[in-house]
This record gives sequence, structure tokens and C-alpha cells, in this order.
Amino acid sequence: MHLTKKNIILKGVAASPGIAIGKVFLLEDDEYFLIHKEIPKNERAGELKRLDEAIEKTRAELKTTYQKINSLLGENYAKIADVHLMILDDPVMKKDVVKMVEDGVNAEYAVFKVLDKIIRSFDAIEDDYFRERKQDIQDVTKKILENLLGKEKRTLSNIDNESIVVSHNLTPADTVAIREKFVKAFATDIGGKTSHTAIVAQSLEIPAVVGLRSISANALSGGVIIVDGNQGLVILNPTEETIANYKKELDIQAAKSKELAKLKDLPAETTDKHTVQLLANIDNPDEVKSVINNGASGIGLYRSEFMFFNRSTMPSEKDHYQSYMEVAKMMMPHSVIVRSIDLGGDKLTNLGFLNMKREQNPFMGLRAIRLCLKYPEIFIDQLRGILRASAEGKIKLMYPMISGLEELREANKILEKVKKSLHSENIKFDENIEVGAMIEVPSAAIIADVLSKELDFISIGTNDLIQYTLAVDRVNENVTHLYEPSHPAILRLIKRIIDAGHDSGIDVGMCGEMAGDPYYAILLLGMGLDEFSVSPAQIPKIKKVIRSISYEDAKEAADQILKCKDKESITKIMKKLKSKEMY
Amino acid sequence: MKEKIIKVSNKMGLHARPAAKLVQTSSKFQSNVKILKDDFEVDAKSIMGVMTLAAAFGSELKFVAEGPDEIEALNSIEELFNSDLVE
Repeated sequence: MHLTKKNIILKGVAASPGIAIGKVFLLEDDEYFLIHKEIPKNERAGELKRLDEAIEKTRAELKTTYQKINSLLGENYAKIADVHLMILDDPVMKKDVVKMVEDGVNAEYAVFKVLDKIIRSFDAIEDDYFRERKQDIQDVTKKILENLLGKEKRTLSNIDNESIVVSHNLTPADTVAIREKFVKAFATDIGGKTSHTAIVAQSLEIPAVVGLRSISANALSGGVIIVDGNQGLVILNPTEETIANYKKELDIQAAKSKELAKLKDLPAETTDKHTVQLLANIDNPDEVKSVINNGASGIGLYRSEFMFFNRSTMPSEKDHYQSYMEVAKMMMPHSVIVRSIDLGGDKLTNLGFLNMKREQNPFMGLRAIRLCLKYPEIFIDQLRGILRASAEGKIKLMYPMISGLEELREANKILEKVKKSLHSENIKFDENIEVGAMIEVPSAAIIADVLSKELDFISIGTNDLIQYTLAVDRVNENVTHLYEPSHPAILRLIKRIIDAGHDSGIDVGMCGEMAGDPYYAILLLGMGLDEFSVSPAQIPKIKKVIRSISYEDAKEAADQILKCKDKESITKIMKKLKSKEMY
Repeated sequence: MKEKIIKVSNKMGLHARPAAKLVQTSSKFQSNVKILKDDFEVDAKSIMGVMTLAAAFGSELKFVAEGPDEIEALNSIEELFNSDLVE
């Protein structure tokens, strides 16, 4: 019988852009078949020795992991390994396991039994955060068992030819074993855009799709797989035709990026010499390399949330200071806009820093600046970090989700207090640090004229602005078709914000997804946007679009589009612009 | 035997990192130190025990120490809660 190939397409979360075609390296979750064995009296001392050796070996491994993570990702990530070491040393655990072995039970069964009982006691805990700590104990149990069983480990350091790593999840310990030149992409069952896997993939500049639910159960080691990090798709068992199509796409992308790389040192200016600022959005300091390689003229959005993930305590003032100072120094002489904490109800429940209840509408709940004003102690630590770093580079501060003047003034009041206390401690900072706000709530957009008078700059956050203005939950698949950046209401709102900023004599930027979409670049340029802040990989594309048209033509096109009443007529004009070989 | 009631006053509660600090502090002493919360009793020198307490902000914990340095142990623990538990 002739077996035909059939594409199996899995949809996940696009965590890191790009396309990769390759063979699966399946990093399996190990399962153990544990047997309960009676150990005769005269062998029990030997069994205890075996237990001790496995614990010592685990300790040595955890220490190595700690050092590796520390040098690769910093101390904050490494703290996880630190807690693992304490679990290993737990006297209660040790006592119970030793007692079982002395009573005649084999070491692996004793370890499993004792730890399993503790893990089960975690299940009864109501608080999500505390309950999830059982993961740490499971990790340690697994490591001790591995060493007792002497099982050969299948880690990423075993990869010796180009592969696409498929796994249920990638732990920090897995990623330290990565051999960069052999890993072409990641595909995992769990994770979101800000997961550890996503962050690592972006900093390595390899494609990644996460949140695929069942990829690790469906992929076969050595099988061909396509990871499409642009669309968040993974294709298993692809047909020859699909492979050919993706190969074509890869060639096109390679040719394009070669072409685009030539633009690196050229300014983002129109054919009639109108210049805009092309800035980059980053999530963590590791991305600065790619920002510089792509020729950005600064950082328009430094999301500070990464500092809160993958850790069990609040970042300290020192943590904040170091991560901002590091980026600011690397970006000199360009400036860096640090956005104050934009954690929201949905992003917070798993963090456990605050005892927050699950909210009915987290996007309309206690998030971003609202959270900072409710918990000023968190905000103050960050502001102190930002201000201290501003003495060593060009840093600007931006508040997310401002919805009215009172909120802005309240945030500024805290900022002034922090400045005062730094003064009294003789700590240096940039006295004239520029303060801006993200305009992403319709109320703020409508009073952008009022807000602009009390700000040094504004930046339009289109993702939320569109979501709130059109009342569309972006992640609800039933309504995503209504999420439309070129809805006339959105375009008018954007124009209104830009004009309001200019009337007050300040620059207006955009740091939402829309700014990084070449399709909208001419329209935004024509509306008078001063700064485009986009993901590092998008910079050359937007630069190319801007360099391909005159400011006069862009303005005319924008005027026409703003007069349109519906999507259809807008699309028509946009298409015409595209046909003029814009990108 | 000496005891002391201490309230968890850091916003995040006694999660992994503060729990680790508490265990480190208790382990410095010879005395046995137990923590009682509601119906639970755990060893203050056991990280897993302390984590299963799930002591959130505002919880009241009773520390019971017994041994040659029981007073010093309780004082050190109280000091820890009053100082840098939040880090």
C-alpha cells in the first residue's frame, strides 16, 4: 500500500518569528517504572550509601546548573536552582527517606514515596501560587531518581546535528545545555509569549511556537517538522508540496533580509528628507544585540515585566537598576524609554507576589499604572532603579494605561517623592528625565490634548487601544475578525492623538503592533507620527517603506484614507499604495 | 520551651524565597523549632514543611522552640520577619 503524507497542522502561540524546516529532536519527559524492593538487612548499609551518593551527585548538578544559569541569564533565574538545593537538603525529607531504607525499602522507592506524599499535600492548598511550588519538589525528585537509576540523560547537549527541539516544556536547566549552532527552532506544549522558552528563542533569534498543547505527544523523533514562528503554526508530517512552499518562503525571506541589511546605517527618511525615528521594542537586555544589528536609533519601549517572571520574589531596586543601566549603557548615545510595570490581573495570578484575587475582567481590572498606584512600594523600587540608571545613560520613563489626568498626576507625585529621597541620599540621577505616557485607553486618547500639556512625550499603544475602542477581546477567537486596526474610528483616534501631541509641542510615537506592520507604515507616516517603535526584526522593513515614498505623498494618502467611511474603501486606497512597490 | 506568635507582614506571604530565609535562620540553632498554623505543625528547618504552610500576608504563625538556644532562635526569627524577609 502506498502511504501518503498528510500535513498535520497545529496552531500555537507565535513566540519568536521566523521559519525553520528540520528534523525533530524530541526531549521527552522521563517516566520511571519504580519497583518496591525488599532490601535484606546485610545490604541496607550499602543501599544508604547509594542514596547518599545520588543526593551528592544531584547537589553537584544543581550547583552547576545554578552557575550556568547565573552566567547565562543572571541571578534572578538562578534563584530557582537555589531553592532546589534547599529542598534537597531538607532534614525532614532526608530523615523519612533514611528511615524507610533502614526499614528495608529500596532507595528509589523511598525517595519517591516520601516526596510524593509531600507533593500531594500541596494539592490541598487553595492559593494558586503556593500550590504550584510543588513543581519545584517534582523537579528535585526527578533529579534524585535519575541519579539513583543511573539513567542516561537525553539533554539538549546531545544534539549533534541541526534539529528542531520539541518538548512538553523547556526548563531553565534544559536551555543551558543548548548547543546554539544545532538548534534551529523550538516547539513546546505549554508556554505563552512571555514564557521562558519564548524569551530564550528571541534572544537566540530562532523561531519558536509555544502553547501547542500536544506537540510532544504527536511528534516523532527524526520526523520532518516545519515551525512557522510568524503565524504560530507547526506542521508535522508535511507533504512535499508544503515543504517546497516553505522553502520558497525561506528563500524569499533570506533574499529580503540580505536586501534589508543594506539599509542598516541609512536614516529612516522619506524621499523629500522628512525624518522619523525608528526605535525598537524589547523585553529584556539580551535583545539589545539584535536592536543594534538592525540599526534602530534607540529603544522606544523597554518592557520591564520580564523581571517579574520565572522568579519567586519581587525584583529589588538593585535588580531594576542593573537591568536598565545595562541597556542604557549599551544603547549610548541613543535613548531608552523604560515603561513602568505593566503587569495585569491575567499576568499576575501565577506570580504570587501579591495576594490578588482572580478578576472577572482582568483587562479592565487592576493592571499597569493602576497596580503601581495601589502598591506604591513596588512602583517606588522600580522608579528608584530607573532614576539611578538615568545617571549612566539616556533614560526616559513611560507610564502604561494612563486613563485620566488625576492618575498621571498621582504617578508624578510619587516620582517627585522618589526624586526627593534620592536627593537627600545624595544619589545621582537625571534631574530632567523625560516622562511620557502610553495612550492606550480611549479616555486618554480623547483627552490627549490635556495630557500632552503635562508630559514630555506620548506613545500610542495600539494593541490595547484597538481592543478597548472596538470592545474586542483579542484572544477570543469568536470575535478576532472584529479586531481591525484600520477601522475608521481607530484611524481618527490615532490622528487626534498625533495632532494633540503636536499642538502641545511634543513628539508622538507608537509602540503597538500596528507600527511594526509595513502595511500601515505609510498611513502612519502621513498622519504625522514622529516615532515608530517596533520589534527589532521589523526595523529594516519599516525603514524600507519609509524610504520609498515622499512625505507629501504619504500625507495625501493619509488624508484620503481618513475621509473613508468604511473598511472597504480604506483597503482600496491602501492596496493602491502597496502596488507602488512599497515593500 | 518558649513560644512566640508572629504575623506575616510582607505582602507576598511566606513564598519560596522568604521561606528559604526562614529555614536558613532556624537551621542555625541547635533547638528544635516548630511552626503552628491553624491545625498544622511543621518543622521550621524544613523548606518543604514551611512552603506547605501556604502562609499568606496576614497569617498568624506560632513558633515553638525547645533546646539550649531556644530564646535566641525565636528572637532571630522575629528579627527576620521584622527586617529583610521581603528582600
